[in-house]
Amino acid sequence: MSATTQMGAAVDISRLSKIYKTREDDDVLALDKIDLKIEPGSFVAVVGPSGCGKSTLLSLLAGLTPASTGSIAIDGDGVSRPHPKTGVVFQSDLLLYWRTVLDNILLPIEIKKLDVAKYRARAEELLAQVGLAGFGNKYPSELSGGMRQRVAICRALIQEPGLLLMDEPFGALDALTREQMIMDLQSMWLRLRNTVLFITHGIDEAVFLADRVLVMSPRPGRVDLDLKIDLPRPRQWSKTHEDKDYHAYVRQIRAIFEAKGILVAH
Amino acid sequence: MASTDVIGAAQAQKKQGKGMSRKKSRGPWLERYSALILAVVLLGAWQVLVPLSGLSEFVLPTPLAIATRIVNEIPLLATHAYVTLFEVVAGFAMGVMIGIPLALAIFYSRAFERAIYPILVALQTVPKVALAPLLVLYLGYGWAPKITLAFLISFFPIVISTVVGLQSLDKNLVNLVRSMGASEWQTFFKVRLPAALPNIFGGFKVAVSLAVIGAVIGEYVAAERGLGYLQLQANSLFDTTLNFATVVTISGLGVMLYFIIDTIEARVTYKRDAAK
Repeated sequence: MSATTQMGAAVDISRLSKIYKTREDDDVLALDKIDLKIEPGSFVAVVGPSGCGKSTLLSLLAGLTPASTGSIAIDGDGVSRPHPKTGVVFQSDLLLYWRTVLDNILLPIEIKKLDVAKYRARAEELLAQVGLAGFGNKYPSELSGGMRQRVAICRALIQEPGLLLMDEPFGALDALTREQMIMDLQSMWLRLRNTVLFITHGIDEAVFLADRVLVMSPRPGRVDLDLKIDLPRPRQWSKTHEDKDYHAYVRQIRAIFEAKGILVAH
Repeated sequence: MASTDVIGAAQAQKKQGKGMSRKKSRGPWLERYSALILAVVLLGAWQVLVPLSGLSEFVLPTPLAIATRIVNEIPLLATHAYVTLFEVVAGFAMGVMIGIPLALAIFYSRAFERAIYPILVALQTVPKVALAPLLVLYLGYGWAPKITLAFLISFFPIVISTVVGLQSLDKNLVNLVRSMGASEWQTFFKVRLPAALPNIFGGFKVAVSLAVIGAVIGEYVAAERGLGYLQLQANSLFDTTLNFATVVTISGLGVMLYFIIDTIEARVTYKRDAAK
C-alpha cells in the first residue's frame, strides 16, 4: 500500500529573469533569462556559489517570489502562487517547537484544510521510513539536528508532492549526519520517483545524488553547464566515490568554477 | 511487532529517566527548598529580634502577630480584597482588550507604527501615579478611576511585549507556511500567534503585577472601599498590625494573579527548552 508510484511533475521554465530593486537604482539581476525543462521524475541538482541566484530560482519555483519576466509552469500550470504539487525543504528544519513531531508533519494538511485524521497513518508511515518510528509524540527539542531535518522532509512529503524543492537541506548538518542523509534521500527518491530540485553548494553531493547537475554562476545568474550524470543506481557511498566517472564529473564542474575565478587553483 | 517494540523501549527509557532524575534530586534537597528555608530563617529572625530590640509591637509587629491578625480579620480583609481584585482584573482585562488589538495594528501597519509609537512612549514617561488625583476629579470616588489607573499602568507592557513577540518571528517560518499555501489569517494563527505567546504572557505577568499597584494607588487617593482604603484606615488608627496585614493581603493578591497567568501559560504554550 505504501509503494505510491506517483508521477513526478514536469517543470518548464522559459526566459525567467528576476531583478531585485535596490535603493540606489543599481538593480541586481539575480536570474538572467533562464530556460529550463525538467523531466518528470528526475533528480536535478543546482550547484553554485553564494549569490549565484540558485536560492532565487527555488523561491520563484516555490511561488514565494514573483518573477520579473518569463514564466514557470509545473505540469502545465503557470506558477504565480505556491503550487499545491510542490513541497519545500529549507536549509533549517523550521519545525514549530510547540507542536509534536506528528503535528508538525501534518501542518500542510491543516493549512490546506484537509482531513487530518486521514493523513495520520501516512505521517506515521513516513516517520518509519526515515527511521523515526515511535517519535511522533516527541517535541522537536527532544530530537537531534539530523532527526529534525528528517521530520522536515516528512512534512514536505506528506502530500506526496510531484515536485520536491530542497534548498541546501543538509547545509546545517555535521559531515557524518550529512552522509547518512544523502544516502537516505537517495533511497527515498528511488521509492517515490518524484521530481526533485536540489539546491546545494556541495559539488560532491550534487554529483552523487543527481541525474542532472546545473552549474550556476553569479552576476548575472546563469546556467553555465547542464551536465547529465550517468552513474548506476542505487549509488553506494564508497563505491561511487571511487568511481572514475564520478571524479570526471566533479572535475568538470570544478573547472567551470576555476575558469570563473570562484575557485582558485594552487 | 516492531513498532510496539520501539514504543516499549521508549517507555522503558522514560522510566529509567524518571528514576535517574529522582536519584539526582534527592541529593541537593537544600537547593530545592532553599527559598523556603531562607524565608523561614528571615521571618524567624524578625520574630525573635523584635522583642530583643525593645521595639514596641505597636511600631513593628512580629510575623506571628500579623499572621494571627490576618486570620482573625479574614472577613474584613476579604470584603476589601474583593473590591481591589475586581478593579485589578477589570483594569487588566481592559489592558488586554485594548493592548492586543493596538499591538496587532502596530505590527501590521508601518504607518500606524510610525504614528503611534512616539505617542505611546511619551505617554509611558508620564508617571501614572501622578494622574490619580486627576482621574478622581474626572471620574469620581467609585471604582472607575481605580480601574482606569490599573488599565493605564498595565497597558504598555502588554502592547510592547506583544509587538516584540510578533516581530521576533523567524521570517523563514512565514515562507514555510506560505509555501504550503497559507493565507495571512492562517499564518497568524498557526505561526505568528503561537510563536509570540511566551512574550505576550511575559507582558501579562508584568502587567498584572502593575495593575495591582495601579488599583491600590487609586484607592489611596480617594476611596470608600478596597485594600488601599483599608490600609489608610489602619494608618489613621495607628493600627500597625492591621496595616501590615493589609500589605500582606495586597501582595498575596498580586502573587495569586501572577500564578493564575503562569498556569494558563503552561496550559496553552509549550516552552522551547522544556525537554532539556
